[in-house]
Amino acid sequence: MTAIAPETAKSHSGFLLEPHWAEITAITPEADGISTYWIRFTDPAEQEAFRFEPGQFNMLYLPGFGESAISISSNPQDHEKIGHTIRFVGNVTRAVSRLKVGDIVGLRGPFGTYWPMKEIEGKDIFIACGGIGLPPLRPALYHIIQNREKYGKVTLLYGARTSGDLMFPNEYAEWRKAGIDVEITVDRGDANWNGRVGVVPMWFYQFRIDSRKTAVLTCGPEIMIRFVIFEAMARRVPSESIYVSLERNMKCGQGSCGHCQMGPYFICKDGPVFRFDELQSFFNVEEF
Amino acid sequence: MPSDRLPDIGSTITIEKPAFNLLLSRLKEEGYLPIGPRIKNDSLIYEEIESLEDLPRGYSTEQKPGSFRLVREKHARYFDIIPGSHSWKQFLFPSRVELFTLRKNGKGWENTTQPAEIPSYAFIGVRACELAAIQIQDNIFMRSDFTDPIYRARRQRVFIVSVNCTHPAETCFCTSMGTGPRVKELFDLSLTELDDVFVLTVGSQLARRLMTGIPFDDASGYILTNVEHRLNHAEQQMRRRLDTSDLPELILEHLDHPYWNEIGKRCLSCASCTQVCPTCFCWDTQDEMSLDGKTAKRTRVWDSCFNPGYSHQAGGNTRPTIYSRYRQWMSHKFGTWKQQYGTLGCVGCGRCITWCPAEIDITEEIAALRNEVKR
Repeated sequence: MTAIAPETAKSHSGFLLEPHWAEITAITPEADGISTYWIRFTDPAEQEAFRFEPGQFNMLYLPGFGESAISISSNPQDHEKIGHTIRFVGNVTRAVSRLKVGDIVGLRGPFGTYWPMKEIEGKDIFIACGGIGLPPLRPALYHIIQNREKYGKVTLLYGARTSGDLMFPNEYAEWRKAGIDVEITVDRGDANWNGRVGVVPMWFYQFRIDSRKTAVLTCGPEIMIRFVIFEAMARRVPSESIYVSLERNMKCGQGSCGHCQMGPYFICKDGPVFRFDELQSFFNVEEF
Repeated sequence: MPSDRLPDIGSTITIEKPAFNLLLSRLKEEGYLPIGPRIKNDSLIYEEIESLEDLPRGYSTEQKPGSFRLVREKHARYFDIIPGSHSWKQFLFPSRVELFTLRKNGKGWENTTQPAEIPSYAFIGVRACELAAIQIQDNIFMRSDFTDPIYRARRQRVFIVSVNCTHPAETCFCTSMGTGPRVKELFDLSLTELDDVFVLTVGSQLARRLMTGIPFDDASGYILTNVEHRLNHAEQQMRRRLDTSDLPELILEHLDHPYWNEIGKRCLSCASCTQVCPTCFCWDTQDEMSLDGKTAKRTRVWDSCFNPGYSHQAGGNTRPTIYSRYRQWMSHKFGTWKQQYGTLGCVGCGRCITWCPAEIDITEEIAALRNEVKR
C-alpha cells in the first residue's frame, strides 16, 4: 500500500526554485571586483516579512544565468533593505556586475544556520576572517554592537590580499568606537599601507585569548579557516567554542540537490555555520 | 466463481495470465498509464506498455560486471528478466524537467509556466529492490521540512504492481541489503509468476476495486507453497554478498586509506553508476535565455558526484581527482547516507556493477577495502 503523508504547511507546493522578486536600490563598490547590492522585495509585504539571522544566505537569481548562494552582509535590524556583498567571479556574479540600480533580481531565502549569537552571550568573541569572509560576519558585528553589554572582549582580526582589497574600511572607526578591537592585516604591503602584514592565522597567536571563555568565529578561504582552527586549538580553545562558516557549490539551498555535501551534512541546510566539533572527524580529509 | 466477488485486501489469489490484460485495460480506464519492461534495440527498457504481449516474454538477462545481455530462453514467462539500465526513478524524478518559464514584463519577469500534465503511472513489474529504492527516494524528496513538488505530484498518483523475483541475476545482492527478493510492502498488487498463472496479493482498496469482473481463484495451499519455494530458491541462488555488519564505520573511519587511490585508478568518472542507480538523487539546474532576451527557462536535470562541475565553486573544485569523487559516491551510499536518512543508500540491485564500463564491483571493493584495512 502506497501511503504518502498529507501536504503540510511547511512542504512547498509551488514551483521548485521559484524566485521572489527584488529591486536593486543602491550599489556600493567595495573593492576591485566586489560590490554590495542593496535590494528590496518589489512586494512590500514580502519586504516587511523578511527576517534573517547573522550568517544566513540567500539564493540570488538572474533569469537566463542561474542562481548563486550569497550571504547577507547587512544589518539584521534594518528591515528596509537587504545587502549582499558580491565578488564577480562566476557566471552568475559576473552577470550581476552588469546590473544597475532599478534592475530586478530573483531571490530565495534566507537559508542555513547562523552565528550562535545567543549561545555565546557572556563570552569573549574572537572573529578571524579573510577576504570575502567578512561580509557574512558583518551582521554578527552589528548584532554585537547593538547588544554590546552582552559580550565580553570582542576582537576582529581581518585580513585581505592588499589594502585595496579590504572590505568596509569606512566602518572600522565606528566598530572601534563601539568597543571592538579591530585588527587589520594584509598579505602584501604597499606604499599605502603601514599596518600589519601577514596572513590571518600568523597573527592569530599574537593575541591574548582566554581559551575557557572565548568563542572563535571564522570565515574566509578554506585554507585560512584550517589554519585558524589549528591555531585556536593549539591555544586550547575547545572545538565546541569554534564556529566556522563554509562554502560549497549550491543549487537549491534546501538540502535536496546534493551538491554541497560534506560528509553527512548538506552545507546549505545543516550549515553554512557549524560548531567545529561537528566537522572535526573529517575536516582534514583531503578533497572530502 | 461469481465474478462480482472481490478479493480481500491482504488476500492472495491467482488469475489466468491473459486476464492480466483485463487488469491493464481497467487501469487505463481509471486514467493510468501502464509502464513496464519491454525490449527495444536489443536492450531492456521501462516504457509505456499496451498489453502483456509487450513484456519480454521468454527472455532472461545475463549480467556481470560491465556486461548486460538479453537471452532467449525456452520458458514462456513474462517477468523473468532482471532490469536493465532503466529504473522507476526516471518517472518520479525525471532526468530532465522544466521548472518554470519567465517572460520579461517591463523591468521584471512574469511566470508564464503552463501547468504540466502529470501522468498517473501504473508501474508494472517493480522488484523488491526497486520498491526499496522508491522508499529511499520518498525519504529524500518528501522530507518533513522540504517536499519536492515535482516528485510528490508524480509519486502520489503511482499504482504499483510489484513482482517477486524468482531468478536473480549474477550481479544481484538484495539479500545482503535486506531488500529482496521477496516483496513485503508498499504495493497495490504484488505479483509472482508461476508457469501457468499469476499469483497476486492485493495491497490496496484501489487494487481490490480494479479486480471487479476479473475472474480469479483464491490461492491454494499448493500455490502458496510453490511461491514460497521459488523465493527461497531465489535467495539461495544469490551468490554475491555484501557484508554490511561494519558499515558505515568501515568507510567513515578509513577515508584516508590509500586503497581509495587504487579504485580511483580504474574508475573513469563516467557517472554511469549514478545514472543507473535507483537511489542517486543529485540534480542540477540549466538556464536558457531566448535570443531576444525576453524568455528565460529553468530546467532541472540529473547530476552526478562524478561530474567535474559537481563540486566546482568560486574557490576551485573541492574534488578535483577521480579517487575523491569515487570516495564521495561510495562513502555516501554506504556511510553518510545512514546519518542523513537512517538507511544505507544501496538496495543491492547490482545496476552499478553491470553498467560500469571499467567493471568495478562495489561488493568486491568494499570487501577489498576491509581486507586492506585489516592488513
